[in-house]
Amino acid sequence: MAELVARAGKARTLLTTLVMLRRERPDLFDAATGIGLWVLFGAFLIFAVITDLQLVVVGIILGSIVALGAIGLTLVYGIMKFANFAHGDMMMCGAYLAFFAFISGGSIGPLSFGYGMILAILVAMISVGVGSVVIDRLVYHPLRQRGSGVVVFAIASLGLAITFRALILLWWGPQPQIYVTGIHPAWDLPFGVKIKPDQIFIIATTLFLIAAVYVLLFRTRIGKAMRAMSDNLELARVSGINPDQVIMWTWLIGGSLAAVAGVLLGIQSQLTPDMGFSLLLPLFAATILGGIGSPHGALTGAMVVSIAQQVSTSWIDPGYKVAVAFILLILMLAVRPRGLFGMKT
Amino acid sequence: MTMLEAREVVSGYGEVEILHGVSIKVEEEQIVTIIGPNGAGKSTLLKTVFGLLPCRRGRVLFGGEDVTGQSPQTMVRKGMCYVPQSENVFPTLTVQENLEMGAFIRRDNYRPKMEEVLALFPDVMERRHTRAGKLSGGQRQMLALARALMLEPRVLLLDEPSASLAPNMVELVFAKISDIRRSGVAIVMVEQNARESLKLSNRGYVLAMGENRLEGTGESLLDSEEVGRLYLGG
Repeated sequence: MAELVARAGKARTLLTTLVMLRRERPDLFDAATGIGLWVLFGAFLIFAVITDLQLVVVGIILGSIVALGAIGLTLVYGIMKFANFAHGDMMMCGAYLAFFAFISGGSIGPLSFGYGMILAILVAMISVGVGSVVIDRLVYHPLRQRGSGVVVFAIASLGLAITFRALILLWWGPQPQIYVTGIHPAWDLPFGVKIKPDQIFIIATTLFLIAAVYVLLFRTRIGKAMRAMSDNLELARVSGINPDQVIMWTWLIGGSLAAVAGVLLGIQSQLTPDMGFSLLLPLFAATILGGIGSPHGALTGAMVVSIAQQVSTSWIDPGYKVAVAFILLILMLAVRPRGLFGMKT
Repeated sequence: MTMLEAREVVSGYGEVEILHGVSIKVEEEQIVTIIGPNGAGKSTLLKTVFGLLPCRRGRVLFGGEDVTGQSPQTMVRKGMCYVPQSENVFPTLTVQENLEMGAFIRRDNYRPKMEEVLALFPDVMERRHTRAGKLSGGQRQMLALARALMLEPRVLLLDEPSASLAPNMVELVFAKISDIRRSGVAIVMVEQNARESLKLSNRGYVLAMGENRLEGTGESLLDSEEVGRLYLGG
């Protein structure tokens, strides 16, 4: 008992020290939380790998899907400064549009699907990408003209999210859909890890697309303009950058990435009209964890959140794993609201 | 030849009218400084000329052409560049990328111009692959000037280029502004640092309460008793 009290006392001193540090030396606190969180995530990853490598692998697969969604979300936030609550449902629309366009035609190697799926993914990317641009013109552009606040934008996106889901529900109904039925055996890898060829496809596609996003953001004129506008809208305008053009590209890229994420999620499990909405919390948690507006933050955040969620199922009921994303989100907001890679304000 | 002219410009924010009819004139290859107390409307004047704020009445003429109410993008295309007072670089972009953004509307090869501009600012050139957010205040101001030069403007509008800089940096920034003028660019700047800026100016305007108060050559304003009493601290 006495030992417990002593320990509680120590914990209190640590907490008060941290609170004092935050008040007296915000710069030191900031550096400390930055390094501390990295150490914490590193330690957690090592611990997770030792506990259950299989869950870590599943976490990486889901993390890839979340990352594609979160990068789009963070780009849209960076450029237009609002939380796009329709992003999950844009993913879902992509999944269903690919389902619509998918003609099962054999299979590529060990994968469960063939070139028909590649074509379906392209159809989904183009339609969701172009669709987002059209919706921006119809919904968000008039709001921008009126100078509406961020809350109006967020609520408008929520309305769109509900609309998308209702439309899909109307067309395909609530029952789950599957791209390819049948049993697809997993490969046995060393250390008792099992992975399906389709899941390797998911990770590979994500790696390829993230590399493409990086080339775009850091090597092309429009990508640099996107980063510039996310830094400082006024200065971008006075430099002669056309905000409407940048916004169009942002939706095109964010929308097509969301579509791929949706298809990959459909390949990993199945298609349901609420598949996107139920991913919204991990998406936001990943974005905020990594630092809103930062693409590598979104990638890191997605991996941390997804691996944590999966590994947590060792101890808690999988039904509660969404709570893990929530807890991480709250912790991050309490300790370091700007996230791992976010800019100081 | 008159490069830039504002005639009886009326402007403001929302309900509030700040400029009640201000006129300035800038000749080719001149430096014109606008001084005046806080709230006189100096920055508002620059923003209105550049099209960041709507011009409610009056005219803006650029190279003899009426450009009243044109957007900043149009102004940039016509050869007018503007450097805001603060937050005038893109912090997460490298020095070089900042310059590329300055040249965003150029479709030709802007590399030679970039080297030329960087050569003007050796401090900044050394750190061309550094993110602009990591530069010192003075270096940022240099980069902001360099960014605006990428389009080879005919007129440069500078909003308090010496604000919050150390005294030796102020001197350096003003020296660079003189160099820029010598390369054939007309400059309009708003300044708190009245004495230093008037020294290198061909003309100066004093604004007060959104109206023209005094005008004259840089030297005559420096010698003027009223300016001395009000803005030069003695």
